[in-house]
Amino acid sequence: MISSGEDSNVRKLSTINRRMFIISAAKVIVFGGIITRLFNLQINQNKKYLTLSDKNRLREWKLPPIRGEFIDYFGNVVAGNSEVYQLHVVPEQVENFKTLMVRLKDILNLSPKEFSRLVKKKNSQKPWETLVISENLTWEQFSKINFFLHDLEGAKPVLSVVRDYPYKDNYTHILGYVSEASVKDLNENENVKKNHVPGLRVGKSGLEKALENDLIGTNSIQRYEVNAYGKRINQIDHVEGIKGKKIRLTIDTEVQKYANELMAGKAGSVSVMDIYTGELIALHSSPTFDPNLFLHGIDSEEWKKIIKDPLKPLMNKSISGLYSPGSTIKPIVALSVLENDVISTKFKVYCTGKTEFYEQTYHCWKKKGHRSVNLREALKQSCDTYFYEAARLLGVDRLNETAKKFGLGEKVFDNMFIEEKKGVVPSTKWKKEVIGENWYLGETLINGIGQGYIQTTPLQLCLMTAQLANGGFKIFPKLVVEKNQKTYEEIKYAIDKNLEDFKRVKKDSFIEKGSEFFNKFSKSNYPLFRNPENIKFVLDAMYGSTNEVFGTSYKSRFDDPKYKYAGKTGTAQVKRITEEERELDLKTSQIPYEQRDHALFVAFGPYKKPRYALSVFIEHGGSGSATAAPIARKLFKLIVDRHEIREKIRTSNLMDI
Amino acid sequence: MLQRYSFSNESSFLQKLKSFDFVLLFCILIVGIISSFSMYSTDGGEFLYHTKSHIIRFSVFFMMMIFLSFINIRYWHATGYIFYFFILALLIWASFFGITASGSQRWVNLYIINLQPSELMKIAIIICFAKFFHRIQLKNVNNLKNILFPIVILVIPIVLVISQPDLGTSILIALSGLVVLWLSGVNVKYFVYSTLVLIIAAPFVISFLKPYQKRRILTFFDPEKDPLGAGYQIIQSKIAVGSGGVMGKGFLKGTQSYLEFLPEKHTDFIFTLYSEEFGFIGSILLLILYAIIILRIIVIGSSSRSFFGRLFCYGFAASLFIYISVNMCMVLGLLPIVGSPLPIMSYGGSSMLATMVGFALVMSTKIYSRQLII
Repeated sequence: MISSGEDSNVRKLSTINRRMFIISAAKVIVFGGIITRLFNLQINQNKKYLTLSDKNRLREWKLPPIRGEFIDYFGNVVAGNSEVYQLHVVPEQVENFKTLMVRLKDILNLSPKEFSRLVKKKNSQKPWETLVISENLTWEQFSKINFFLHDLEGAKPVLSVVRDYPYKDNYTHILGYVSEASVKDLNENENVKKNHVPGLRVGKSGLEKALENDLIGTNSIQRYEVNAYGKRINQIDHVEGIKGKKIRLTIDTEVQKYANELMAGKAGSVSVMDIYTGELIALHSSPTFDPNLFLHGIDSEEWKKIIKDPLKPLMNKSISGLYSPGSTIKPIVALSVLENDVISTKFKVYCTGKTEFYEQTYHCWKKKGHRSVNLREALKQSCDTYFYEAARLLGVDRLNETAKKFGLGEKVFDNMFIEEKKGVVPSTKWKKEVIGENWYLGETLINGIGQGYIQTTPLQLCLMTAQLANGGFKIFPKLVVEKNQKTYEEIKYAIDKNLEDFKRVKKDSFIEKGSEFFNKFSKSNYPLFRNPENIKFVLDAMYGSTNEVFGTSYKSRFDDPKYKYAGKTGTAQVKRITEEERELDLKTSQIPYEQRDHALFVAFGPYKKPRYALSVFIEHGGSGSATAAPIARKLFKLIVDRHEIREKIRTSNLMDI
Repeated sequence: MLQRYSFSNESSFLQKLKSFDFVLLFCILIVGIISSFSMYSTDGGEFLYHTKSHIIRFSVFFMMMIFLSFINIRYWHATGYIFYFFILALLIWASFFGITASGSQRWVNLYIINLQPSELMKIAIIICFAKFFHRIQLKNVNNLKNILFPIVILVIPIVLVISQPDLGTSILIALSGLVVLWLSGVNVKYFVYSTLVLIIAAPFVISFLKPYQKRRILTFFDPEKDPLGAGYQIIQSKIAVGSGGVMGKGFLKGTQSYLEFLPEKHTDFIFTLYSEEFGFIGSILLLILYAIIILRIIVIGSSSRSFFGRLFCYGFAASLFIYISVNMCMVLGLLPIVGSPLPIMSYGGSSMLATMVGFALVMSTKIYSRQLII
């Protein structure tokens, strides 16, 4: 050290210490800053970061909701859920997706089309979402998969639940079917959107679609802790979803099955209804198919067979099929003329087999003619000539009014089914609006025998018959047993009371106007007639049609009073019959299928104390009395036989409430 | 005044042992234990590779530190330049024959261990500067010659480390060196000027940065902009710390690290894991331990009779503080992410070795506080 070292060193020392002090001050400030930051993050914003941390580590997996079941009136499951073996792959858990898929392709014998569909589907969904490789493994495939499982990393054979229709083709059209939800389904239905998981099946038609909100249920939710790569570490909790509602149908499976049997090989429809409660005992459309085929993707052969079938199995003919009602409209025409006091029951027409009108010839179905007939005989023997005259006198607009009242030309189930059709009951106004032409009188005439513009669904005819059979009171057809629905006793009471009121009112005064008049009756099951005697007359004529000689369905009668029923046949032409054809008078089997007449039959019974109404419709079935009525006869026996069992169930259910 | 105690520079082993700074020793040990537990937690609550090697390293280097403490501060002073050039040589070696890992060539293979010379350079630069300014009188400090030499000494390793590339370490080396320059009495105006130059040059420097470095800096200003990319680390780190709360989630219960949301949880982000599991209280405790360590080093430095010991202690304390605060500010989202380990806590042998060598010198300063260095 040099001489002035002492002094210099002191100054150096103090400089170092001073500067150290400045640094120390900076240290305090920085440490203070760090502590403030920690305080801010860990105490002030703790909640926010805790949430973020949970969001990081927890992931929810929605499981498909379990769909509600359908049971028939007696509690048999008609649409349930069955367990199937499926093969699932979660792409993110697979190291090499391609290799796995190629292996699976070999093992499961996947077609190239199926293979590319799966690859496409995988690319459209999130990597942690399950990809269903196979919907329904056979036991053989399942055991094969399990055998190779050790080198199929990421493939998971699982037990899953899918829709199952144990009665196969018997409920096809009522229930509709389920299939994978489309974008349209998601946009249409808030509930479907909320509960949606990939592969969720939703109703596409029938009740499966109409009652979607009740059936769908809610998701089960599994909450997993996942790591940064999305791998599930452990399950945190499991929230059990609510199973969809169980829906009880009004249908009796035995009757439904029998209807299917009777209609085998024919195209057409059978509807059976309780005339008081409106409960449908059977609603069958033929031909039908097995909806189970659709569950796991139908193979193209089967699909082609269904879609190319000229008998149109996909169509629900009971509510979507529009046909001319033919002579089955005659009870309504008869009622309408009586209600409007156009003719009396004693009015007679002489039928020669045809009648001229404005230089047009209108034929009666009976070439030789019915001779002189009154209204009852005309209805019983289905004399066309009489009804030409009756319709002419009545006019199309008054007929329209009566027909609409009894449910023709209106949807039976409101807007419940997307596939239901309204049909047409023409009027002069209708023709002007829809076709843009004036009404011709000649059209009124053919309307009177259920030809021309008029088109109804088979179920509408059944409803019409039921509403006549119960004495002319409004009923509301239903397929589903609801908790708060009116019982048979309540409805019967309302109808009887309405009838009594009606008689009393009628006795008291005639001055009351229509609206005031109807206000006196309860809203539901209100009368559809002006005079109950007119209804009685029509029902009696229908009785004659089935149970008296010369009646059109006399051959299909029952002599046993237990089964005795009344009905009306109908044979609807599908094309104009030329003079030559009329001369030829061909048998049904000699005419090409598409040109054959539709066969119809409506009936109710047992006659003494009516309870059920039915309509049988056979597309291109020929004559109503020859083909439709015998089917109705067989069916009616079963319905009556089943009545007691049904009543037993009904009353025991009553006690539950 | 200082010369009054010049005799007693030789004392018995027992006396040396007695003059050991046990507070410092104790605090280092506690931090070491905390770091071992944290490492155990990063291994998912199992006694795996990281935990094992961290504990072994800490034990070995801790013992080594105690042995090195008995080396007279004189010898450290005497070998100061040699030490620096030896480390520099290793750095150059690393630049040419180094082992490349995660895109950066920063390790040299020494057969027994893989060493990261840049970490040791942090200490070497302090020793070297302390030695340099030990002799220079205050009035000569600002001579051009005396300024240029340290700048050259400083710039060579910085350039080498940047070219590895390792921006974080080079910044820390620069800061360590500058701190000693500052302490030695280099005129304030040089610091002001160079800061100005740096600010002006910054845009040009940034344009030379690697894309990933640029992204890191940009991400720092707005981490939410790219939450799954570059901003991921900061966001996840903040979530981990913030969700820790007052008491923390509990030992081995830090979901963020356990579920692997935390990046580099062994090394740079070890504090995040610790803070998530032990909360605000634990974090403050660790900070207090570090503060005591720094304070003790300053106290030891101020009692040293030699400028070398004093400059080294002050410089090391300031550097230690810089390492700690840069790391913490980084994981708390207050600074951009640059690779900088947390002393003692972070996994990494070279960093641990450098820190322990530093502590050994501090201890030596304490034991030989009366040693005069000519």
